[in-house]
Amino acid sequence: MARVQTGVRAVGAVLVAVLGVSLAGCSSTGGKRAEDARKAAAAQGKAAVNTPRWTFGMVTHSGDGDTFWDIVQNGAEQAAVKDNIKFLYAHDDEAQQQAQLVDSYVDKKVDGIIVSLAKPDAMKGPLARAKKAGIPVITVNSGSAESKEFGALTHIGQDETIAGEAVGEELNKRGKKKALCILHEQGNVGHEQRCDGAEKTFDGKLQNLYVTGTNMPDVQSSIEARLQSDKDIDAVVTLGAPFADAAVKAKDGAGSKAEIDTFDLNEKVAAGLKSGTLGFAVDQQPYLQGYEAVDLLWLYKYNADVLGGGKPVLTGPQIITKDQAAELEDYAKRGTR
Amino acid sequence: MTATAPAPAPSPDTKTDERLLKTSPLKKLMGRPELGSVVGAIAVFLFFAIVADSFLQANSLATVTYAASTIGIMAVPVALLMIGGEFDLSAGVMVTTSALISSMFSYQMTANVWVGVVVSLLATLAVGVFNGVMLTRTDPPSFIITLGTFLMLTGMNLGFTKLISGTVSTKSIADMEGFSSAKDVFASTITIGGVDFKITIVWWLALIAVATWILLRTRVGNWIFAVGGGEDAARAVGVPVAATKIGLYMGVAFGAWISGQHLLFSYDVVQSGEGVGNELIYIIAAVIGGCLITGGYGSAVGAAVGALIFGMVSKGIVFAEWNPDWFKFFLGVMLLLATLLNHWVRKRAEATK
Repeated sequence: MARVQTGVRAVGAVLVAVLGVSLAGCSSTGGKRAEDARKAAAAQGKAAVNTPRWTFGMVTHSGDGDTFWDIVQNGAEQAAVKDNIKFLYAHDDEAQQQAQLVDSYVDKKVDGIIVSLAKPDAMKGPLARAKKAGIPVITVNSGSAESKEFGALTHIGQDETIAGEAVGEELNKRGKKKALCILHEQGNVGHEQRCDGAEKTFDGKLQNLYVTGTNMPDVQSSIEARLQSDKDIDAVVTLGAPFADAAVKAKDGAGSKAEIDTFDLNEKVAAGLKSGTLGFAVDQQPYLQGYEAVDLLWLYKYNADVLGGGKPVLTGPQIITKDQAAELEDYAKRGTR
Repeated sequence: MTATAPAPAPSPDTKTDERLLKTSPLKKLMGRPELGSVVGAIAVFLFFAIVADSFLQANSLATVTYAASTIGIMAVPVALLMIGGEFDLSAGVMVTTSALISSMFSYQMTANVWVGVVVSLLATLAVGVFNGVMLTRTDPPSFIITLGTFLMLTGMNLGFTKLISGTVSTKSIADMEGFSSAKDVFASTITIGGVDFKITIVWWLALIAVATWILLRTRVGNWIFAVGGGEDAARAVGVPVAATKIGLYMGVAFGAWISGQHLLFSYDVVQSGEGVGNELIYIIAAVIGGCLITGGYGSAVGAAVGALIFGMVSKGIVFAEWNPDWFKFFLGVMLLLATLLNHWVRKRAEATK
């Protein structure tokens, strides 16, 4: 065991040494320093109203480490700062767990609840409890069909089928004949709706390809394999921003001429659109979904306002191409687009 | 559970020792743990060569080998650990942890990315040491201990990334110094005869060679078989059990570091939620490759072949353009068949011994 301890100590010593050296081995480009310079001008948010400090809770079906929901959360948090709201956030990709999280917010007697309805049936009970407890609910992202039925004030999000249809039309406009729809989560209803929507309006042929979203090299090699086996494919549509980059690498590896298009936006997608490696992105503006949900709850508490007359408020689809990319790149970099 | 390690160096007076009896090369081959998986791999290969017409193209094979190498880089050290009788459930997320540390350290310190790469190597090895020391110092089985590590790393990946970067993925480090040279080492493409091969294949082959050499030609290799075959017996004959196991965990950590750096330098940003579930794929590859779940038997080459089977099946299904709704089902059937064939061949081989 003595040997082990010396080993551990040695590792520690080397670590300290490297930390020291790293200060010398600096990079003159990129990194935190460049970001700090960008941030220097940014202002700190402050409450703009003097309404009581209400507490709103948000529960989503997001998995761990999902970039999309991170942006939703950013939007909600910024609206919460402005509206003097104490904002709570919880998520679980298991329907049952998500339902329990909503229940616990109802038990906490929060002043408002925001919830996503990706697995609507599981949310029915908890939302009925919230209604009984007199807590206003706004649904976001998915579940526009069930929102009203479950007693929510309104729904803020994108209709996945409509978004898919927009993709099909855009592909037609670009003269594509054979497209591949990359689903990174098998069994996700929203993903199926997107690809089905695209297939509905697309005049060419659209095929689905399932990949393991938690394993990027697998995503890349699967797309690459399909592009190698079918040289006629002239468009690849990924359903999440991080997968667009893997698709670009797969395309290069397969020597394919296919155009890569994607749902959702992030820093790399914006840069890709700008440089032309990506064709277009379908944005449902996640920031808006979080921001509006908190803001509309505040408006309801403050002024009994309801936007959309109870009908879903759509945040997308917005088709983003090269023209808008430059402008959006900075916003994507700070995590709000 | 017999070790396949070579017999000890002959001394003049042991000429009649049965361990030194000459065996025919064929029999020797039949006794190798990887034989079953090699037969399985050939069967899978022939199958897809027939049903998927584009499978045999050089570029397609390069893609398959790439898929296999990303699994194989981890399957080889995981196999060694399994021969040593232990599990590592933290192996999948450790890859992500390693990539996150490199990326965030370089970014936050605005350091040359190579500094981040070295820091991440030390930190990842430290996780391996942690697993090994926890295991050898305490009572619970490796399954529980590394499950704990798995959960802690999963949480820390998310927690620290969000805390430090403000988002759930890291910032791009592609514009920083040292990136292109590090990319050459961990994520470049080598073109041979017009076919693009990923560098991970080279790393994979190197790991197979080193692991095989350690297992079959060094004293440490004998220790690994001994520790996995029977811990108490090994301790009784003076094998440093604790050090061997800690070393094996560090081996897995080293593999995780290579995979993690590949991940980082291929995509230059890392999603903090990735890697969960991959640990099972590594273990499956090692088992298909002939490693016993109970320890003491197996080989590095076998694990590599197991990874190759996994790569061929998962990409072959795509090449064959089968209905994607059934993808996982096909994958399960193919893996089961490969394993059964593997098992059958081994039984036959043992019967003819």
